[in-house]
Amino acid sequence: MTANAPMPEPALRVRDLQVAYGTPRGSLQAVDGVSFDLAPGESLGIVGESGCGKSSMGRGLMQLLPPGAAVGGSVLLNGEELIGVDAGRLRRARGEDIAMVFQEPMTRLDPLMRVSKHFVEAIRAHRPEVSKADARQMGRDILAQMGIPPTRADNYPHEFSGGMRQRIMIALGIVLQPTVIIADEPTTALDVIVEAQILDLLDRLRTDENVGLLLITHNLGLVAETCDRVAVMYAGRIVEIGPVVDVFANPRHPYTQGLLRSVISIETTKLVSIDGTPPDLVDPPAGCRFAPRCAQAFGDCTTVDPVLADVDVGHRAACLLQTGSYPQRMGVTA
Amino acid sequence: MTQPDVVMDVRNLSTWFEQSGGLFSRGQHQSVKAVDGVTFDIRKGEIFGLVGESGSGKTTLGRTLLGLVPATAGQVLYKGQDLTTLSEKAYRPLRRHLAMIFQDPNASLNPAMTVVQGVGHPLRIHGLASSRAEVRASVAEMLERCGLAPATNYLDVYPEDLSGGQKQRLVIARALITRPEFVVADEPVAALDMSVRAKVLELMMDLKDDLGLTYLYITHDLSSGRFVCDRMAIMYLGQMVEWGDAALIYDDPHHPYTDALLDAVPLPDPSRRDRQKRLPSGEIPDALSPPRGCSFHPRCPVARPDCGWGGRDLIDALEHRWTRVDADTFERELDMVGDLAGASADAATLRLPGADAEQVRSLLTTIGSTLSPSLVDAVVAVEPDRGDTVVVFGFGPEPVGQDVAGRVVACHIHGVTRRPDGKHGGRVPTQG
Repeated sequence: MTANAPMPEPALRVRDLQVAYGTPRGSLQAVDGVSFDLAPGESLGIVGESGCGKSSMGRGLMQLLPPGAAVGGSVLLNGEELIGVDAGRLRRARGEDIAMVFQEPMTRLDPLMRVSKHFVEAIRAHRPEVSKADARQMGRDILAQMGIPPTRADNYPHEFSGGMRQRIMIALGIVLQPTVIIADEPTTALDVIVEAQILDLLDRLRTDENVGLLLITHNLGLVAETCDRVAVMYAGRIVEIGPVVDVFANPRHPYTQGLLRSVISIETTKLVSIDGTPPDLVDPPAGCRFAPRCAQAFGDCTTVDPVLADVDVGHRAACLLQTGSYPQRMGVTA
Repeated sequence: MTQPDVVMDVRNLSTWFEQSGGLFSRGQHQSVKAVDGVTFDIRKGEIFGLVGESGSGKTTLGRTLLGLVPATAGQVLYKGQDLTTLSEKAYRPLRRHLAMIFQDPNASLNPAMTVVQGVGHPLRIHGLASSRAEVRASVAEMLERCGLAPATNYLDVYPEDLSGGQKQRLVIARALITRPEFVVADEPVAALDMSVRAKVLELMMDLKDDLGLTYLYITHDLSSGRFVCDRMAIMYLGQMVEWGDAALIYDDPHHPYTDALLDAVPLPDPSRRDRQKRLPSGEIPDALSPPRGCSFHPRCPVARPDCGWGGRDLIDALEHRWTRVDADTFERELDMVGDLAGASADAATLRLPGADAEQVRSLLTTIGSTLSPSLVDAVVAVEPDRGDTVVVFGFGPEPVGQDVAGRVVACHIHGVTRRPDGKHGGRVPTQG
């Protein structure tokens, strides 16, 4: 970040995060050396197409990965390392310090359990000293803040609409006042109006409670509407990161440029797409992973692997068109 | 009178699904009015967009047009024949002219069939090719038209060997192999990545010109509708609320729901994120018990007293208010209206068991302005009845489409008149 404006201690500091899955063809490096900071009260959008590693990254942070997956690197949550800690500490972190909001809320709620009971269980699992009655009241209060009437707190999950279930999931995630919310496509299953309502809600949490928000999405419109900064992922890596306003107005990486041009919006007058398909991550190409699809690629691109380099204040891109992206200039941190 | 350029003339079409109410309902039957009395036409060579949230009935309408779901009432006129009344046998020769492209390419391709088998299948079913070589040649030609060139690279592979965008091209090739005239495309790009969506949409538009197609383009995504559609209809709970020229509707919407949808669409431009948005509260209601009058009124930012307010709305409004007050206020007000869980609401009344009419009246007077003002203005009486209190709501007719600024809009803000059948008598729409 900038030298003269000291950043607050980040809520989340991620360094060289690696996530690999074992496949019959060999190890698939879904996330390959991702680094970023998330400040308290900040919202960082992680965008990319399916298979770019954005969801593996989100799950890797919480170590919520299928058996056989390996996580490496460093994840500092309020200064405390999460990679390699024991299961008990991880479980505590997942409930108390980090909330996760997923795409399909119904699969995360127990259909046979009243909504209020979800809160009693979640709260008392982390704070056994809280009485059932108090836990129930905490649940009602947070539900009301999320727009669920107190008269409905004892209903079952199926008695709520999709948007209300997502509100319940968010309420459940934040009842113990976490410092970070990781939202992975939280509105993809919802309609556009409800989507806007849920994003308003997340935004309010961020500003009122100073919660850091990591919004993982394929929808660049959502990032433009809600995030302070954006990181663009391609083939397991961040290829560009910076303030949303800068990155959208002046994208430096050809992939970001292509992605922004391909967005279909109400104001679209011409359809543009990116040729080709993302590389096979079991055997990624040498050099820049986007080079095979890049119209601006030149000789070095297929041999030299670019690193993130400063292109503007707080704005970095990994592309050899930026002189700083040649690896001998390494040493700049996230 | 059917105009010569009309491909599909849809008149007062309804598709209802019977609900058997479940194990304990003692034979009570309810129906979901998935499509409820829509009238519109689709003209030759155009892309007609059907836009709405999930549950709006857009997919059911598309399927009903193709006879994949039986119509409950109304007509679908294709070349002067009413498709809804045709026998299976009479329908069969028409099917090759009517095609469908589904959303999920993985679900719509048979993984056990090679490309030439899968795409060529409809040719065999309809008897359009007599030999294997003929099928192969037709499939190869259609694959190349759909951007899978050279076709020899694709003919003998299985769908799993292709990328998402290629699979969707395959789905399109299969839909068009019988050279249909009319194609229903249900969310054809929703499952695809942003970088390939444009390609597939472009392909569909090129094929329309090359092969003389007419499309019904079904989508929940307003973003693509503007670029793609010539005319469009916005659907809400089984009905069309605004329909006509797409550019007119996008530039200057005249139904509050269209307005809200357009406001909610995220713009990929962070410099405009602070623009004013008029987001309605709540979500699309349960289709089993749609609101009285105008279906959108409970969420409508400009609803008026005659838009159809009823008992259920009052319960919802009170519950919504209680998410914003302290626990004491909540308990006090809950006390005044009595047991809400036992309250019974029908179209135009709300019965509050054991509640005191005087208390309910005074509560509504004091907090009315914090609910929706037009909701409280719609209350015509609060009466004691056999120990309960009954809240009675006034006139709330269902809106019908009327001509407004070059398109058809079904909304009371453009004028309400009384009609005995419960609908209001706006000017009868000519086609938009």
